[in-house]
Amino acid sequence: MDTPLSWIKAFVPDLECTDREFADAMTLSGTKVEGYRRLDKNLEKIVAGKILKIEKHPDADKLIVCQVDVGDFTTQIVTGAPNVKEGDCVPVVLDGGRVAGDHDGGSPENGVKIKAGKLRGIESNGMMCSIEELGSSRDIYPEAPEYGIYILPDDVEPGTDAVKYMGLDDTVFEYEITSNRVDCYSVMGIAREAAATFNLAFRYPEVKETGNDEKCSDYISVEVKDPDLCSRYIARVVKDIKIGESPDWMKKRLRACGIRPINNFVDITNYVMLEYGQPMHAFDYSTIADKKIIVKRAKDGDIFTTLDGVERKLDSEVLMICDGQKEVAIAGIMGGENSMITGDVKTVLFEAATFNGTNVRKSARRVGLRTDASGIFEKGLDPNNAYFAMERACSLVEELGCGTVVGGSVDVHSDLPRPKRIKFEPERINRFLGTDISKEDMIAYLKRVEVEYDPASGDLVCPTFRQDLLGFADTSEEVARFFGYDRIPVTLPSDTESMGRLPFKIRIENLAKDVAESFGFSQGFCYSFESPAVFDKLRLPSDAPERKAITISNPLGIDFSIMRTLPLNGLLTSLSTNFNRKNKDVKLYELGNIYVPESLPLEKLPDERMQFTLGFFGEGDFFSLKGVIEEFLIKAGMNKRPHYDPDSNRPYFHPGRQADISYDGEIIGYMGQIHPLTCKAYDMGKADVYAAVLDMPKIIEKAVFDRKYSGIAKFPAVTRDISMLVPKAVLEGSIEDMIIQRGGKILESCTLFDIYEGNQIHPDFKSMAFTLVFRNKEKTLSDDEVNAAMKKILNGLSSMGIELRS
Amino acid sequence: MIMDNLQSIQEKALKQIEEAGALDALNDVRVAILGKKGELTSVLKGMKDVAAEERPKIGTLVNECRDKIEAALEDAKERLESAAMDERLKREKIDVTLPADKKALGHRHPNTIALEELERIFIGMGYEVVEGPEIEKDYYNFEALNIPEGHPAKDEQDTFYINGDILLRTQTSGTQVHEMEKGRLPIKMISPGRVFRADEVDATHSPSFHQVEGLVIDKNISFSDLKGTLALFARELFGEDTKVKFRPHHFPFTEPSAEMDVSCFKCHGKGCRFCKGEGWIEILGCGMVHPHVLEMSGIDPDEYTGFAFGVGLERIALLKYEIDDMRLLYENDIRFLNQF
Repeated sequence: MDTPLSWIKAFVPDLECTDREFADAMTLSGTKVEGYRRLDKNLEKIVAGKILKIEKHPDADKLIVCQVDVGDFTTQIVTGAPNVKEGDCVPVVLDGGRVAGDHDGGSPENGVKIKAGKLRGIESNGMMCSIEELGSSRDIYPEAPEYGIYILPDDVEPGTDAVKYMGLDDTVFEYEITSNRVDCYSVMGIAREAAATFNLAFRYPEVKETGNDEKCSDYISVEVKDPDLCSRYIARVVKDIKIGESPDWMKKRLRACGIRPINNFVDITNYVMLEYGQPMHAFDYSTIADKKIIVKRAKDGDIFTTLDGVERKLDSEVLMICDGQKEVAIAGIMGGENSMITGDVKTVLFEAATFNGTNVRKSARRVGLRTDASGIFEKGLDPNNAYFAMERACSLVEELGCGTVVGGSVDVHSDLPRPKRIKFEPERINRFLGTDISKEDMIAYLKRVEVEYDPASGDLVCPTFRQDLLGFADTSEEVARFFGYDRIPVTLPSDTESMGRLPFKIRIENLAKDVAESFGFSQGFCYSFESPAVFDKLRLPSDAPERKAITISNPLGIDFSIMRTLPLNGLLTSLSTNFNRKNKDVKLYELGNIYVPESLPLEKLPDERMQFTLGFFGEGDFFSLKGVIEEFLIKAGMNKRPHYDPDSNRPYFHPGRQADISYDGEIIGYMGQIHPLTCKAYDMGKADVYAAVLDMPKIIEKAVFDRKYSGIAKFPAVTRDISMLVPKAVLEGSIEDMIIQRGGKILESCTLFDIYEGNQIHPDFKSMAFTLVFRNKEKTLSDDEVNAAMKKILNGLSSMGIELRS
Repeated sequence: MIMDNLQSIQEKALKQIEEAGALDALNDVRVAILGKKGELTSVLKGMKDVAAEERPKIGTLVNECRDKIEAALEDAKERLESAAMDERLKREKIDVTLPADKKALGHRHPNTIALEELERIFIGMGYEVVEGPEIEKDYYNFEALNIPEGHPAKDEQDTFYINGDILLRTQTSGTQVHEMEKGRLPIKMISPGRVFRADEVDATHSPSFHQVEGLVIDKNISFSDLKGTLALFARELFGEDTKVKFRPHHFPFTEPSAEMDVSCFKCHGKGCRFCKGEGWIEILGCGMVHPHVLEMSGIDPDEYTGFAFGVGLERIALLKYEIDDMRLLYENDIRFLNQF
């Protein structure tokens, strides 16, 4: 919504303030000013000049030399403009002045300074201006020539301030209007807020009663067949139409709002729409069959040509304005080609109506046509305002002399909204706001926005254009706005006793971050939705459960269309970005949800599972990644030995370098080297990439922060090293399992310290060496005890086909 | 005779000790004087030739002589050891300006740093952190927040739908409703989380971003409490001299509603490129919980009041760390992450 300050001042005549003061005050009272621009920014020393004489430039074919009367004196200006002739009155920027635009249509920040000089040897003391140089455009000055100087009317006195004359000594403010303030999508609504903000009188426009002796109802009847979608339909008729130009004051206001003046009739409908926030429509009365307007839903599949010449497909939820035989407009959206005003219109049927906002919005979307009018209607308008707008339009018709208004109107409506009554509770308002405002002051603030206090009932009575005022909280806000949000005291909730707390889940997640970072992994953020093509990149078979993903019905595109069921894609994509930007040794982790549906299509909310995902390329290998996982588990108080099952068969991993990670008999995650084909699919064909995923809900079930001190060993340990030949197929983990199990209570630790495969060893075997540490916490171990344990272990080894080496 | 001998031994020994330049030389002296075959030892061996009445006197003299020599040996040893250590320490001198042997630590994402900052501040004020679902029922995202079917705000938010009833939440405000429905009062919580809106990716938009919701409900909670709380928050987050400004605004689920601006922390309100010359930067939306919202969640608005606020986490991160393009937050380029 854009409004020129001059138009606001027409409603609030006593308003005196700078642009900045206006913007700040309006913003602080709730009408947020997004920005403002002076129309005469960079326009200096520009006057009306009359061209007295034109001569050819002696040395340049395309230039002419003009003698221009600029009021106090006559000056010589050389121009290349093709359109000026002797006697024309034009805007002239004098020596030392400034214009907003340059020759190439640009508008530099500080404009263009104009100085006297010579053009091809001939003196030129200024410049005649095009509309672009005046900082505007042909969009809203359609009469301006495409190339050349903007011509002012002949009767402008030379020397007149051209900026003022053209109404450019004004500031246009742009507002952010919130959806609850439909009334502020109008100059009047904003002016009303301005009056309240500055506590000044608000003056309604002068609206005269209009109409001749005839009766509108003799011209037209109106039937609303679908009153659920049309709360009011007012029709009036104007005959003996005289299409012509609108007066300057109206054109200036329209232009300042960015609307191009067209002719008096069209301009009036636009003007009233801006002023009252009520869109109006004008039909050529001669095209309306059977003197009848019928408002009803369209039929599915109806085709209708709107006045922009485009065929629109309708359905049974689109409300149409029809005459006795045909459809003539899409209600609230756009009129039809078949009934539009043309240059030779004699009689006009004026419409001011209110429609169901939601229906207009949805219809506009389905029909594929969002107009200025529909944009306003969809907010849901006040039927009472439609009446005032119609009266204003007809009054302007008479004032501008563009036709004869037929007496009366045809006005069909259901129950009109009545002023809402809200109980006035000043003490409660003060409690709610934390203020100490007197009842009288509150009443005065509310009166500024036409909310009246009725002492008899103790109610506040709200005008119907304020559809947002419904209860206690709303009236509190009105009081707060005009008391001033900045004057409300600053306190803290004093009675509320509470404990600040991070839930256990987040504490464990924070721990995961700390551990990952201590190992050099940096945190990434990845999207929750991705492309179904991800499953192919990860080589998941067609029946993989991960492919059962939730689909977004209206995604931004196929690449963002499914909710991820496993977290690898995001991290691999990020690693690929880094790899292809030649970043070295990149380690990333992510904490983010996957979304596992119970069934599809989705009936209940899915299981959102937080995944702790780590991935890297460059320095490191499977075991360094395993180290991160195990350090994390230990920090999370999970001190039992995790197990690694190499038969995890995950297609996105190297078949010989992957494992499911289990703890306490339950799978808590998986890890491995990314399969070369998956790497290739992520444009990392040459990288060795490793990744691990931990399922945080499982971790959170098992994690504990409690610790118990178990004493520091006082008695000496006994250390035994064993070196062995192990069949290649035997896993180190299973040897450790066996040793730990057979070593019993006195086995403190079992550590692999050497592993060798190669020349000195039989090709079916590998050499391994462990250090075993035995200790009894209560006493010094005897050799017998250690030997007994060792014997069990050695028996175990041999049962696994393992030979001891000497 | 013996006494002269003692005297000369002592003098010679002390001289040799003083002249000894190294520990082994000193040891030679010790052996030569005090060793089994040392000079002083042989004097003692010669005691049998001394008259009995002289023996105690001579014995004392010998002992004195030995003590002196031993003390001198000890001093010399200390002196030489200390010199040797000085020598070693000198040799061991390193160039302390050589590069550090750093272990490369990873870095937290700026979103997380900002979030943990917010959590720290609000936990300090006694807020509990709670979370809600990212895939949500329409009711919690809209209807229970006073945004019924057909409400323009519902369209404005460009919601991603799974089906008619289930959607990707567009705001964390739904957690307010979940908390209120638990029926445990008072409530003092913040709820961070991921939200989704159908915005194309560009420098200032992302189809998924994060918010932190706040909610306080109790008897006698007032708008002034809201102001005080958020002013305190802003000072803690942006610096002690931060000023705040509350502008009336509209949100369907709060009334009165406001947007809070903070004085630009770069130019301190004078106006700069960062704050687009305004001197103020918009930070969050807030308001008093709408009575109808309380009512729908089973809380009596005549007895309880409350305030709520919502902060865009990315917005805070972009502002605080002066990041000029939102896309950087989701690319995870290590050269970006390493800066935090």
